[in-house]
Amino acid sequence: MNEKALEVLQIIEGDGRVSIQTLSKMVDASEDEVKAILKKLEDEKVILSYSAVIDWSKVEKQEGVTAVIDVKVTPQRGVGFDEVAERIYRFPEVKALYLMSGAYDLSVVIEGKTMSEIARFVSEKLSTIDTVISTTTHFQLKKYKHDGVVFDQGEEDHRIVVTP
Amino acid sequence: MSNVKTNSRLSNRVQQIKPSGIRRFFDLASKMDNIISLGVGEPDFVTPWNIREASISSLERGFTAYSANAGIIELRREISSYMNKRFSVQYDPESEVLVTVGASEAIDIGMRAILNEGDEVIIVEPSFVSYVPLVQMAGGVPISVGTNNQDNFKVSAKQIEAAITDRTKALMLCFPNNPTGATMSREDMLEIALLAERHDLLVFSDEIYAELSYDEKHVSFASLPNMKDRTILISGFSKSFAMTGWRLGFVLAPEDLLSAMLKLHQYSLMCAPTMAQYGALEALKSGMDDIERMKQSYKQRRNYVVKSFKEIGLSCHTPGGAFYAFPSIESTGFTSEQFAEKLLLEERVAVVPGHVFGAGGEGHIRCSYATSMDNLEQSVERIERLFKKLT
Repeated sequence: MNEKALEVLQIIEGDGRVSIQTLSKMVDASEDEVKAILKKLEDEKVILSYSAVIDWSKVEKQEGVTAVIDVKVTPQRGVGFDEVAERIYRFPEVKALYLMSGAYDLSVVIEGKTMSEIARFVSEKLSTIDTVISTTTHFQLKKYKHDGVVFDQGEEDHRIVVTP
Repeated sequence: MSNVKTNSRLSNRVQQIKPSGIRRFFDLASKMDNIISLGVGEPDFVTPWNIREASISSLERGFTAYSANAGIIELRREISSYMNKRFSVQYDPESEVLVTVGASEAIDIGMRAILNEGDEVIIVEPSFVSYVPLVQMAGGVPISVGTNNQDNFKVSAKQIEAAITDRTKALMLCFPNNPTGATMSREDMLEIALLAERHDLLVFSDEIYAELSYDEKHVSFASLPNMKDRTILISGFSKSFAMTGWRLGFVLAPEDLLSAMLKLHQYSLMCAPTMAQYGALEALKSGMDDIERMKQSYKQRRNYVVKSFKEIGLSCHTPGGAFYAFPSIESTGFTSEQFAEKLLLEERVAVVPGHVFGAGGEGHIRCSYATSMDNLEQSVERIERLFKKLT
């Protein structure tokens, strides 16, 4: 990948809302060049989507519950873990799914309104999949940092306003 | 200075020193809320966590005593090898490296180590505001040589030569430069090196912004042929590792000069703070990725600010280093102080008027782009509004 494209990716990973105008100045390229870079990266599915990091705990009645579930499965001949993974990630409650090394196979991140909603998902939808051997559910108690963003107090600017 | 009322309780020397021009602006700006500051001469990054952690750990392990006067030897060794790797200079950690309380102390003791009453030091300006007073405090006479926008704020050997007299003892250079961001290539500096040799000058090279060189690799003055023996090379951790508040710099010089500086340092300061030295040790051992990360971010912001200034009609040379843009506001017909004051009061953006940095600074404003992109975008809009109104 060329250097400009890499720079564009690094910038938009931190700020997906940066304007084409600003972005083109930052990487010292024309606006058309930057548009072409973005289009190409989107077409190649290098850039998948642009989203915001939201602290839902600050939004009334939207606090919600997040759980990380360790799942052990039996891999299947020919498709390995892919087929069971697909069956799991199709549920809209599943926010993230990773194949892991170590004591279990899949790590499933679920978001729900209440703990019982998540409990129901685990017992009725996840555990009933044939190849799933066991599940261990961990509820998140507090989010300190997510996608590189510190929740609550980040590090403020403590500098005095004018210095030599 | 005949127009200054003298106070017999104070030394003539201290009374000869003018109050800092930045002070007035600081007082004005610090009374206002909701301003965006482009007036800060330090990184907007917090010191990387591994460095802070190493310093905390040194406290936990009880490293709270004095260190060797010149600094802990492990740190001096790391400084020596770091400077060798990055800038191809060679200094013996035992006898040619001194860890100071900021780069400013290094300049102070360097001046005091070499100047006799009345010796002249040529200072290439616009420059950091401390050089002139530090020369004066050491009994020297600062002689300013101004640079300008048309030359991208580079200085030529010819300009310097015109200021040389039989009292000239030393030359003070700072590239990449605060406040202009100017850099000098190897060819530019070779001329000056020849001049230094011809006139037997010592050269203070303040290379505190060396790591923040965006377009060309920084060339250390001490790496030029025959220059090590006449160079006092000053650097530190403040800008490259975002460690301004730690007050930790270093000076590299040939043994005779360094031991004279060490004498002054040991009597006035004993040693740099030990916990800060342990932080710096970690910075050199594992901080190179942090430098690259911060440098890239500054470069992007530089590109943004300079292009935006040009777009709105400000004449602005492209600074090759540091984190300052130094656009001209001459076309408004106002002085840099008037413009900066209007910008602060009417648009709530703090910058530093160029005249405080000496010859060549008038007609310009120093805009530090070490702040968030959001702040920069808003500042450009506000500066544009004022600039359009005045022209």
